[in-house]
Amino acid sequence: MRILVCVKRVPAPGARINITADGQAVDTAFLGFTVSPHEECAVEAAVQLVEQHGGEVTVLTLGPAEAEEQLRTAVSVGAAKAVLVPIDASDWDPQRTARAIATVVGAIEAQDGAFDLVLFGNESADSCGYQVGIRAALSLGRPMVNGAKGLEIEDGHAVVKREADAGIERYRLPMPAAVGVKEGINLPRYPTMKGRLASKKAEVVRTEAQAGEGGLRMVQLQRPPERVSNVQIIGTGPEAAPAVVDLLVELGVMS
Amino acid sequence: MSAVLVVVDHDRGTIAPASLGAVTAGRALARQIGGELHAVTIGAGADALAGVLAAHGASTVHQVHHAALVDYGPEAWGEALAAVVRALSPAVVLGCGTERGHEVVAQAAARLDAPAAMNCTEFDESFDGSGPLKVVRARWGGSLMEQAEVDAAVRFVTLANHVVEPSEAPVAHATTVHDVALPDSVLHSFVRDRVERTAGVTLATAPVVVSGGRGVGSAEAFAPLEELASLLGGVVGCSRAVTNNGWRNHADQVGQTGTRIAPDVYIACGISGAIQHWVGAMASKNIIAINTDKDANIVTKAGYAVIGDLHKVVPAISAEIRRRRGA
Ligand SMILES: Cc1cc2nc3c(=O)[nH]c(=O)nc-3n(C[C@H](O)[C@H](O)[C@H](O)COP(=O)(O)OP(=O)(O)OC[C@H]3O[C@@H](n4cnc5c(N)ncnc54)[C@H](O)[C@@H]3O)c2cc1C
Ligand SMILES: Nc1ncnc2c1ncn2[C@@H]1O[C@H](COP(=O)(O)O)[C@@H](O)[C@H]1O
Repeated sequence: MRILVCVKRVPAPGARINITADGQAVDTAFLGFTVSPHEECAVEAAVQLVEQHGGEVTVLTLGPAEAEEQLRTAVSVGAAKAVLVPIDASDWDPQRTARAIATVVGAIEAQDGAFDLVLFGNESADSCGYQVGIRAALSLGRPMVNGAKGLEIEDGHAVVKREADAGIERYRLPMPAAVGVKEGINLPRYPTMKGRLASKKAEVVRTEAQAGEGGLRMVQLQRPPERVSNVQIIGTGPEAAPAVVDLLVELGVMS
Repeated sequence: MSAVLVVVDHDRGTIAPASLGAVTAGRALARQIGGELHAVTIGAGADALAGVLAAHGASTVHQVHHAALVDYGPEAWGEALAAVVRALSPAVVLGCGTERGHEVVAQAAARLDAPAAMNCTEFDESFDGSGPLKVVRARWGGSLMEQAEVDAAVRFVTLANHVVEPSEAPVAHATTVHDVALPDSVLHSFVRDRVERTAGVTLATAPVVVSGGRGVGSAEAFAPLEELASLLGGVVGCSRAVTNNGWRNHADQVGQTGTRIAPDVYIACGISGAIQHWVGAMASKNIIAINTDKDANIVTKAGYAVIGDLHKVVPAISAEIRRRRGA
């Protein structure tokens, strides 16, 4: 089984997200970076499927040169191959990103054969566009379901479970297929020592892709209105318990 | 005349409440551009929704029919929506900020290679139906906003949840049935079957959530939080640090990649209040933080706080509740 996972490098902010003075980007001066959480789970899902059914996992990212770091993280937990589609500093819009991914996947498949599964995250953590995977899957001619909280292979089909208000829905896609994965589908493993070594040595293949701009343009980032609160310290240590219970009564959740 | 087309999210004919918020928002946009408000329902099983859509202002309801459109299928719905959009050429296609809403809008926009802006919270009030539509949309699960332009002849957008409350504005309505042809390729991704959910208090609906973070320290150490939650008729939640450590299931996680909650009282124990956690908890009516660090972000943002070790404070609260109840 050949599985491709598309991952995105995103900043890992703490208490708040700061924006650069020109409002064009997240100020990452003091931030670390990570793989977007849903995609971290997509990598884990791919590695588990390959452990069960054989094959190999390839990870792909479209991003700055530094995104190599996230590809190596994926290799450290079991991906075999890594592809970087380099772009300059700023993010590409979703249409452009999807076209570039589809082009590169198409080129890899022409050379090495088709991927049985192409996995995405349900949405990227930073842009939250809910669309790059859907667009790329359509260009690649694969059926696609987003929001997967379960993924298994059954006689040439990808069986996807998804949570809805009414219950758990099951989909059955003939492979080759594409699936958008959601956090909670599994618990991503930590890299082993061996994995870390492999990730240092792994070759990251660079593949340029040209793609025309799409019609969604970012003008400027802004912070949402913040909730101002004058915190009331109701006590220190266990002695605060009676005051807490008084408060719970006052707030109407206890009689 | 150009129109605003609202995509209705429904499950086998049961309307998702967010759909009526979208119709209400669509009404304002339609008025603004001097156009009509249309709605589209996918599958004959949703034909009966025309009345409620008209009650909220939709003057034309497009009803897409095909034998396969019984249950939900993202690609078939996307194809169906794309067919109506091609026939109508609306200025704006407005979907709901629900899982299906985003998915159907993305599927249809992909088919027309048109841009789409998800989770919009504002639409430019001077938009007259021509040129790019300026929007404000939520990124980072709502931790950050983006002013953006959707530049295309048909502007696909979704409305973030709970931004516009539904309101009625009844109009006379017409229905138009579209018998669409669907290529075999889109027939694969339908819901095959489902397991109905059992009713009960869930993280999303509980009046009280007692949540634990890394400060709890282990899976076992959640027992006192469980006890407090059950004394208050609530449930236990947690931070991502907890799910990442395997102490609790992801179903309990509050935040950007977990569940958004809005309980009457949120009790955050040993949680620092990272922005991705905060966006999931900030709609709580009251927040009580229990933390050893008086400068923790959650403490400064909460309404109330107890400074101290949660391992001592939480059992003391439970003991006090039991004492008052005389048990
Ligand atoms: C894209 C992205 C998405 C994310 N999505 C989510 C999400 O959905 N939900 C989420 O929760 N996080 C999410 N995170 C992770 C988030 O950034 C934080 O890492 C996480 O919320 C931290 O969890 P925590 O507060 O439990 O741990 P910490 O930040 O380590 O805080 C522990 C707190 O416990 C206090 N403490 C320690 N011991 C005690 C004690 N004995 N008594 C009382 N207090 C004590 C400390 O003072 C501290 O404030 C996401 C991150 C990214 C990058
Ligand atoms: N720059 C990127 N590189 C690789 N994959 C991406 C990139 N942007 C988005 N994706 C994939 O597409 C999914 C949806 O992204 P989005 O439409 O931005 O929410 C993500 O979860 C990723 O799997």
